[in-house]
Amino acid sequence: MRNTVDFSAEVQNELCMTLPSLSVNEGIARAAVAAFCAQLNPTAVELADLKCAVSEAVTNCIVHAYRDGVGEIRITVKLCEGRMVQVEIRDRGCGIADVRQARQPLFTTDAENERSGMGFTVMESFCDSVRVHSRVGRGTTVILFKRLHR
Amino acid sequence: MIRSGSLVSYEEHGDALVVKIGGEIDHHGAVSVRTGIDDVLAARRPPRVFLELSGVSFMDSSGLGLIMGRYALVKRYGGKLAVLNPSPAVVKMMNLAGMERMIPIRTGRKKG
Repeated sequence: MRNTVDFSAEVQNELCMTLPSLSVNEGIARAAVAAFCAQLNPTAVELADLKCAVSEAVTNCIVHAYRDGVGEIRITVKLCEGRMVQVEIRDRGCGIADVRQARQPLFTTDAENERSGMGFTVMESFCDSVRVHSRVGRGTTVILFKRLHR
Repeated sequence: MIRSGSLVSYEEHGDALVVKIGGEIDHHGAVSVRTGIDDVLAARRPPRVFLELSGVSFMDSSGLGLIMGRYALVKRYGGKLAVLNPSPAVVKMMNLAGMERMIPIRTGRKKG
């Protein structure tokens, strides 16, 4: 069962980082987010879920948003009251024309490179809520919400 | 040089090829892993292929693409592929994509 998400919960600690959209930074991004969240003593499963969701969002920036070059990925992690973790992953890439379609399981625009089309499904399955804002030509912001158990 | 977080080694047991993958399988690591495995599969065409994943510490959906792609490749030349000793986290990912219905998952040491 999903946890209830309080989108207005007070922020208690915050990490902000910017990385170029190089594939080597997928691992660095998820490790940094996990290290920052470790102060809340999450379970190993919660941490693994969060790392997976972050990895998917960052990979989307690299593979899709900046498919023709290298751009900036801005990641903001907020630890909010009630043990709520909020991770925002923002790019200024090509944007998503149809977010609803992109969020469908197995949907991919890059099948020839063996993209599974499961990125958003993983984010949604491993988090309590996922928000996606996108404008074609302007970029995409994905916000992951995950409440950690006590 | 930027290195991949994944490691691959190969063992032959009779007509079976065991591909041992270790480390983290993400989009960054999957590319080199895929190329290496495909070269070996193309050269040897083993009837049975086992992807041994006990050493995988992290896998995201890029790993699903990697497994599915190798499954399709082996099936195309008439072979069979199974996944060996995945962690609960990897099984969770495979189940999410419904892959357990298509690709056998086995635990325990495989004997030739």
